[in-house]
Amino acid sequence: MIPCIVSQTPMIIYIFHFLIDYSELVFTVVDITTTVILYLSAKKTALYLWEKQKCRKWSVDVSEILLRPKSLHWLPLHVAAAYLLNPLTVATCVARSTCAFHNLLLALLMLATQHNSIMLSAVFLALASYESLYPVVLLFPVILQLAQKEVKGKLMLQNPYLLCFILEYTVVFLGCLSILLMLSYSLLYSSDFIPAVYGFILSVPDLTPNVGLFWYFFTEVFEHFRLFFICIFQLNTFIYTLPLIIVLSDHPQFLMFIQIALLAVFKSYPNLGDVAFYLALLPIWSHLSRYLRNSFLVLCLLLSCGVLFPILWHLWVFSGSANANFYYAATLAFSTAQILLISDYLYAFRRREFHLKYGTDIKTQDGRKMMVELK
Amino acid sequence: MGLLSDPQSRERVLLFLIRHNSKLCILCYALGLVWFLLLPLPPLSAPTYISENALLPGLVKREFVGGPQALSLSREFAANKALVGGLPVEWLNKTMTSLGLEVHTQTFAVDLPFPDEINERYHVRGTNVQGVVRARRAASTEALVLHVPFLPEANDQAMGLALSLAAHFRKQVYWAKDLIVLVTEHDLLGIQAWLGAYHGINLTSLGVRSSELGGYCGALQAAITLQLSSDVATSIDLQLHGPNGLLPNLDLPNLVHHLCLHAKVLCTVQELLPPQEDNAWWQSMHIMLLQALGQASTKPASEHGLFLRHRVEALGLKAINSHRQEKASLEKLGRLLEGVFRSLNNLLERFHQSFFFYLLPSLQSYVSIGNYAPCAAAILVVLFLCAVELWAKLNPEKERRTREAAASNPASIPWLSVIGSIVIAHGLGIALYLGPLVAHQRAANYFDLPEDEAVSLTALGIGVSSLSLPHRGSTPQGWIWLKLFALLELGMLLLALDLLNFPLAFMLAIPTVPAAVVSQPSHKTASIALLLVASPAVISLMGLAMKTELNPHGPTSGQLGGFIGLFLRWLQCLSQSILEHQSLGTNLYPLFTLGLFPCWLQLWHVALWKE
Repeated sequence: MIPCIVSQTPMIIYIFHFLIDYSELVFTVVDITTTVILYLSAKKTALYLWEKQKCRKWSVDVSEILLRPKSLHWLPLHVAAAYLLNPLTVATCVARSTCAFHNLLLALLMLATQHNSIMLSAVFLALASYESLYPVVLLFPVILQLAQKEVKGKLMLQNPYLLCFILEYTVVFLGCLSILLMLSYSLLYSSDFIPAVYGFILSVPDLTPNVGLFWYFFTEVFEHFRLFFICIFQLNTFIYTLPLIIVLSDHPQFLMFIQIALLAVFKSYPNLGDVAFYLALLPIWSHLSRYLRNSFLVLCLLLSCGVLFPILWHLWVFSGSANANFYYAATLAFSTAQILLISDYLYAFRRREFHLKYGTDIKTQDGRKMMVELK
Repeated sequence: MGLLSDPQSRERVLLFLIRHNSKLCILCYALGLVWFLLLPLPPLSAPTYISENALLPGLVKREFVGGPQALSLSREFAANKALVGGLPVEWLNKTMTSLGLEVHTQTFAVDLPFPDEINERYHVRGTNVQGVVRARRAASTEALVLHVPFLPEANDQAMGLALSLAAHFRKQVYWAKDLIVLVTEHDLLGIQAWLGAYHGINLTSLGVRSSELGGYCGALQAAITLQLSSDVATSIDLQLHGPNGLLPNLDLPNLVHHLCLHAKVLCTVQELLPPQEDNAWWQSMHIMLLQALGQASTKPASEHGLFLRHRVEALGLKAINSHRQEKASLEKLGRLLEGVFRSLNNLLERFHQSFFFYLLPSLQSYVSIGNYAPCAAAILVVLFLCAVELWAKLNPEKERRTREAAASNPASIPWLSVIGSIVIAHGLGIALYLGPLVAHQRAANYFDLPEDEAVSLTALGIGVSSLSLPHRGSTPQGWIWLKLFALLELGMLLLALDLLNFPLAFMLAIPTVPAAVVSQPSHKTASIALLLVASPAVISLMGLAMKTELNPHGPTSGQLGGFIGLFLRWLQCLSQSILEHQSLGTNLYPLFTLGLFPCWLQLWHVALWKE
């Protein structure tokens, strides 16, 4: 339970052994690389969405909600701009947070998955999970995405090809992960790094205030309930995977986006770089905007949190007149805004799918216009 | 969540908001105002109490008998002051050493960005003298400060009293904290140089050169700044706020008030008598408004203010000698101070128990942040409601949109004219911030003006000329986007300010919010009139007028009355606020120029938008 001095993986420490003198340059280059990779990945995603739209059958009157080639053309550029020009990305870069590396790995993972490269996607997934553990849950969207090309027949659990593919991919992924862990072991000749990195992530010993929900709760909670609540909080991070897989099994792209966003909210040490990453993916789903309902509220909440965070931090830590409760209130508002945003996108996606299937103009039996609800 | 996910109830709420928008806006605005007016009344203002148990003010025994010594020391000090024609450093050194203090001096030099005509200084050179009473049985990890600012024409008795108190304190064995008797020159500049050297940081953009400070005493726990210019006093006035509306922890004024009651010395805030039974509301409101105006000016109430910025709780005590019957001698005041310092000596940790955000309608009652925050919130909600209405106008509910309307191109955002206006407004804000400092020299030479007048006239010139810049919108819908942006920016600005300096935020919100809500091209006259009232210049002018009107002493002699006098004083205040921003780090000027002015200018563009 003692906070570790270093909670980075041995590889990162080893790499920075050589790069520390050029760290400004390194972080800038990493951010630009991430942007380029996101651009390529978004290009591929746009193509994928277009292909998918072409080869499916739609209801009669859905032409207005279909994707248009013109909007798809500009999509990759919007994604790249949203990442590189986001003030949060710039702040993360200036702060030299290793989050930049996590974002790079996630972007690479998305690109490899888009290109249906089993080996590379497994390598990047293993690297991302090795770095910050939580990306393990992206295993499911990645498998679903790859299985669409690789597996014959329907994607049902009864399908032996699918089971075989899942097994195969998992073995490759675990193989990569164990090689990484082995390499780390050979760097240190000790396995101390496992509790220092993954124990640090899972048991949350460091309660330094951040933009997440853990720190305040675990400074307040009684010591003998700590383990129980840690389990609950960590379970909360992972639990959404299963229902989301069931609901979105046909749309692994969207599943992946929602997963990444949820991790950024619920992980134990979230930071603004994670938020910047999933915000950059929003332009891919801009065709959902007509079904978004709380966008203005979320915009106002996010903006005011952006103002409140530095001010409440200043009042609490620097001038000593406010206290932790003020800052935590801003954290709560920030998390609420993000959850609203994510659930809004989920709703909009489901709603659009519904309309694509049944048409946009649906009437109830007594002839009134039907309302679609998310329950 | 039901409200946010159920489309039917959602639609109903939204329709309700849009249909009754103007009524709701007026209701919220009125609620905010009425709430503020009700603040001095009992359910909202609670009786004060001492929250920090460790202070133990009732248990302190007062033994100070150095009244005559204080008087003779102050006479001697005055004589030496007259002899040297400034701070008699030599004499102070000698006297403090003979009284058994550990003496250190610090010289400092500050160059102001332009000559300060009011205080007649430009290149400031000064000396601070610091005498330390070391606690015999402690390790010099904590200290208290008794601060006496040196004034050329006053404050001699404060010096005498501080010195004789220090002599008395040195003989006592109960000290757990060191005591620093600090004498500073050039009011705020001196104390800033000392605090900067003590903590090893410089909080302003101005370079302060000061010599090395000797005799560190650990973390400063509290500071009292003393002003006393007569041999007897009728009352003690507490001066609370520091720069940028900072306030000391409420326990500190409560402590002094409690001890004053004990010693039967009249204790006041804002130099006004405590509210009486009849007309209590107006008297409390008067005190509260004066505090609010003081905080809104972002200027410290006295020299103690700069301590607050270094997280040292501090209070200014100003002894007043009026025509009242009951007079307190120097000895009585000395005992009062002894009580204050012995209570502070009892502190076990930093002041943290009581409130840091409060308004004082009197010394007997306080309004906590929880009670005054609703009026700020109610007024901010007006901006939000107006923004929601505009948003709904731009994005008619997709459910209700007919297919024909959807098929036709939705109005595209006129990016060029909207962003152009935003950039122009912010660029002019920056020009207004930097302009006076860059161009004042040239203006002063060209028009043959004193430099500080040149500074304020340059600012005024830039401000007025920026009104005439192009603001030709080309599209009918453009102004809605611009107004939406301006409303959000104003809302964020006021939200941030509500937390940092509530009185300032509230005073800005009262005129700007209605102007922001009303401004649109179709109500040109009304919006221009409201915007003119809400312009940064008029707001600050009104604040100044209000301060003059509420000032218990009335306008000081030698000042011109009427509007011309007010305007001339406003020009002076303008150059002073630039100077204070540069030398002390108060943020009124950057707030007005970089925050409020661009918002206002965007709304001005909205009102003059060509449809």
